[in-house]
Amino acid sequence: MDEILEILEKDGRSTPEEIAKMLKRKPQKVREAIRKFEKEGVILKYKAVINRELMRESDNRVRALIEVNVTPQKDVGFDKVAERIYSFPEVSSCYLISGTYDLLLIVEGSNLHTVSQFVAEKLSPLENVKGTTTHFLLKKYKEDGVILKHREENKRIAISY
Amino acid sequence: MKRFVAKKVEELQPSGIRVFFDLVLGMKEVISLGVGEPDFVTPWQIREAGIYSLEQGFTSYTSNKGLYKLRLSINRHLKAQYGLDYSPDEEILITVGVSEGVDLCLRACLEPEDKVLIPVPSYVSYGPVTELAGGIPVYIDTSSNGFKLTCRMIEEAVDKKTKAIVLNYPVNPTGVSYTKKELAALSNVILKHKLLCICDEVYADLTYDFEHTVFATLPGMRERTVYLNGFSKSYAMTGWRIGYACAPAEIIAAMTKIHQYTIMCVPITAQMAACEAMHSCRKDVEEMKREYRRRRELVVARLNDMGLACRKPEGAFYAFPSIKKTKLTSMQFAERLLKEQKVAVVPGTAFGACGEGFLRISYASSMDNLKEALNRIEVFLKSL
Repeated sequence: MDEILEILEKDGRSTPEEIAKMLKRKPQKVREAIRKFEKEGVILKYKAVINRELMRESDNRVRALIEVNVTPQKDVGFDKVAERIYSFPEVSSCYLISGTYDLLLIVEGSNLHTVSQFVAEKLSPLENVKGTTTHFLLKKYKEDGVILKHREENKRIAISY
Repeated sequence: MKRFVAKKVEELQPSGIRVFFDLVLGMKEVISLGVGEPDFVTPWQIREAGIYSLEQGFTSYTSNKGLYKLRLSINRHLKAQYGLDYSPDEEILITVGVSEGVDLCLRACLEPEDKVLIPVPSYVSYGPVTELAGGIPVYIDTSSNGFKLTCRMIEEAVDKKTKAIVLNYPVNPTGVSYTKKELAALSNVILKHKLLCICDEVYADLTYDFEHTVFATLPGMRERTVYLNGFSKSYAMTGWRIGYACAPAEIIAAMTKIHQYTIMCVPITAQMAACEAMHSCRKDVEEMKREYRRRRELVVARLNDMGLACRKPEGAFYAFPSIKKTKLTSMQFAERLLKEQKVAVVPGTAFGACGEGFLRISYASSMDNLKEALNRIEVFLKSL
């Protein structure tokens, strides 16, 4: 992977100037490279990783993993069906996978009811959906490489030879 | 009342900056760039191997030299990476970190009053351990040449009583390292004076601009070199206390004698974990190195930008900028920086008097911490 991407993936707030120093390149060159990545869609967006369990205000959002069996369509295979499904804003991720079912969705809702409602009223009735299995997420331990715990205290002694 | 402590221990130079260290340890919310160990936790596979070995009931002694399996993987690693062949039976000893290796080697080889050349600034233990082993440390000030040892410096320091030289590279605290050509030149002088080379190459895996050359691979050096390395820096395993010494059989046999009476063997858990490190974590080493290199570039560039002249270190994870233009001593600078901006660094004088006017800044700290600490150093400089 390009080193600029590697740095930004670790910390999206790194400035072009800082990256330029780290990689010994000209800031202008780094700025251009980032702009190119953004234009090509390699970099899609910059966002914060939030541990919702630690937020002060109560947050009852629920997440479910939904396995979906679908009938593929002529010529376009799974893509068209997938598009109809992932276009719902409730669907935060959608994957085509091998195995006993076809699509795996991650669906988010403000509570259990909204997710159930989505499955019952929007997803299941779709013409090409043969069946669904919904798993509600109980606890998140690690997501996208980030372990969701309180920031650990530094265990090193503060000064040593 | 007559005290019990032996004269030679009482006379050992106490570390002049103990007070400063205590000051740092007593303060809260300090960003520390004063740490001499990686900021990474030991990779999980290695920790897991340690835990598993305990579950399996590996809680006994091992042979004095260490687990054969570990010595064999060290043999294979050195062969593959450097073309060096040390017999796992007779020429490799597992030690409690490189520190024990240095101590064993000096005790095994020094006759009373033998002199040992120590280029400074250097890691703190070489001199005192030489004294404890009955030898006389002869410090070579390298500051006149950007902290790089030269043949001429050795020639000027050597005499008939000189038995050995300690070569540590990449160097803690300056980050200096040597190319093959530079080392070859040094090896000629060392050969001429028939010196024993005690090579602490614990930072070898963190060499950024060229390939690290193991001193023992140079012509004529293997027979007079004790090669010391460990797992602390490459695999972020400082607290496990494990390293190894490779040398000709007679030296390893002598070192093993002392080791068996004093240490017996390195804890088996650390040895089992180190086996795993050798076996499956080379890629982690590469990844850490890439990250350190980026930090090095950032730190050195920022320091120079703010007016603290800093040569680019070739290895380890230390920058060693000059603060001479501030007219403060290293200790004054470090103390005021700590009190006024809550950033801890180590005064250069901790590593020998010739470190005056310099600071050791460790970039074994997260990028976020480094950026914040550098900002604070800049604020501090402007306030002077």
